[in-house]
Amino acid sequence: MMSLSRHFEQKVNELFMKGMVHGTTHLGIGQEANHAALGAALDERDWVLPTHRSHGHFLGKRGDPYKLMAELFGIEDGACMGLGGSMHLVDLKNHNMGSSAVVAGAVPLAVGMAMALKKDGDDSIVCAMLGDGATNQGMFLESLNLASIWEAPVLFFCENNQYAMSSAYETFVAGQDIPKRAMAFGINAAKVDGNKIEDVYDAVSNAARYIRTQKAPMLIESITYRQLGHSKSDTRVYRTREEEAQWLRRCPILQNRQLLESRFGISSSIMDDIENEAKLQVQMVEERCFANKDKVLELDKALGFVYASGEMEG
Amino acid sequence: MPAGKWKDNMGMTYAQAIRDAIAEEMEADSKVVLIGEDIGIYGGAFGVTRGLWEKFGPSRILETPISETAFTGAAVGMAFMGYKPVVEMMFGDFASLAIDPIVNHGAKYHFMTAGAVKCPLVLRLPCGSGTGAAAQHSQSLESLFLNSPGLIVLAPSTPQDAKSMLKWAIQCEDPVIFIENKLLYRATGEVSDAPYNFGKAKIAKEGSDLTIYSYSRMVEESLKSAIMLDSAGISAEVVDLMSLRPLDEKTIIESAMKTSRALVVHEAPLFGGFGAQVSSLIAGSDAFYCLDAPIKRLGGLEMPIAYTPSLEASQIPTASSIYEAALEMME
Repeated sequence: MMSLSRHFEQKVNELFMKGMVHGTTHLGIGQEANHAALGAALDERDWVLPTHRSHGHFLGKRGDPYKLMAELFGIEDGACMGLGGSMHLVDLKNHNMGSSAVVAGAVPLAVGMAMALKKDGDDSIVCAMLGDGATNQGMFLESLNLASIWEAPVLFFCENNQYAMSSAYETFVAGQDIPKRAMAFGINAAKVDGNKIEDVYDAVSNAARYIRTQKAPMLIESITYRQLGHSKSDTRVYRTREEEAQWLRRCPILQNRQLLESRFGISSSIMDDIENEAKLQVQMVEERCFANKDKVLELDKALGFVYASGEMEG
Repeated sequence: MPAGKWKDNMGMTYAQAIRDAIAEEMEADSKVVLIGEDIGIYGGAFGVTRGLWEKFGPSRILETPISETAFTGAAVGMAFMGYKPVVEMMFGDFASLAIDPIVNHGAKYHFMTAGAVKCPLVLRLPCGSGTGAAAQHSQSLESLFLNSPGLIVLAPSTPQDAKSMLKWAIQCEDPVIFIENKLLYRATGEVSDAPYNFGKAKIAKEGSDLTIYSYSRMVEESLKSAIMLDSAGISAEVVDLMSLRPLDEKTIIESAMKTSRALVVHEAPLFGGFGAQVSSLIAGSDAFYCLDAPIKRLGGLEMPIAYTPSLEASQIPTASSIYEAALEMME
């Protein structure tokens, strides 16, 4: 799964550079441990609301890579028929309510979704994803308070990738202690090395169990690194190449390979096979998208989606 | 007081009509929930939800902290999951704090997800001046929501409309901005179970010399001015727009063609106000060729609502100022 996310993002990057895919995109390269661990540790019935950097989470929640790539191509086969794009990917079948492109925007929605589940007597939980930048949004702090007093079954999963666009976590997040922000609202919180898949998996499994049994929200801060720029136009002038090199040594995929080899004796040739399989899968998805690249939704049909009650102007 | 008790009253207040609509919909559908500040035992800042707490309790009425962004966002999230939240903004002004969940999420999710996700919720906004509450508690902010496709914007002017339109809004599958008026809460009128004819405007008074277009409390002022105009020998038609989005273009145009003069009145400031939409609709239609006078608009002065009673009263349209404007158009 980590390899699929990595190869998918590399392909998206390549297609962007070639000008084959338009708009903007936010790649999750370097954060794959989170994509894979969340999807695996949460139950299938649990809901997620990813952020604008959401491709990997779409895949982690067992989303169809073709539907994802097709959405980036802006074609009818896409997850949102081409109406949402990179930052708004919904997959109801897999309980992915879609991503909000407003920083922290999905956090209050998650609290409401969790309340709906609670009222229905459903013990699924809702995972609201956010980045370090989102922890400075008023609506995040308001949502912590609301989730705490309502005892909403929400997991606030904060991927601290060190940068909100160019703004460094250490400069812009006062106190540099995100769990403490949650604890101030009476919410249990944990910190985890977000580049170690086994650690993230354990943390999310424990948190999900806690939320289900204690009927209370919880927050996890997962410390990771955005290996590429914020979006395609970012030249990374705000950080050094040395810093990047240091974090590359802690790359989640690299560390996972080392772990599997040292602890379980899984040879690098097996790992290479997995990599190649992921690469091939992405390549097939790409070919299918190119074959269907002209399948664009008609304007009249798009207009029909503005209101659930049907067209109404005039 | 239990909600059903008012049903057979001859005169029901606008506030009671809203309460009745909510109570009936809550009884009919367990997915209808109320969300807002002080709406429980206190009954809301204007007493609109009084008595509902005793009937429905905390499982159906979610009282919130003063966190408009978070609780409106939570309402959107509940709506995504099949609930039908009715959100009370304590004052319409505070909707400015809930713009993100409504405009960026609620209004767009059905479109962005190509119809996969619906957002059936009602955002109730007590709007308008005349209470001495000054600039941050007296605004008419409908224009903030009118430029967002995906939202429906309703503005009832009578207890009957308040009830039938709110019942419709709660059952609607789209997010509805429900513009209430604080001074109308105590207005009374007969209320039946007649259903709301969605998207249609209403001829509140027939006339032949000019049409006054209005909505919410300004309909009352327009009707008063129409009586004054009658005494002056001028027959004014009053059109209550009721729904601002969608807009009943047909009724608006037909009335202008019939009377040949159009005066548009609202409480919100003129600049960028909704009157421009109605005026441009008329000017761009066949009614243009029937006009005997330029279209005129009346609205609030270009200033925040003042505290001093005399200033507050003089900065928004009244029956007299509508009457004067109509007379000028007849010259």
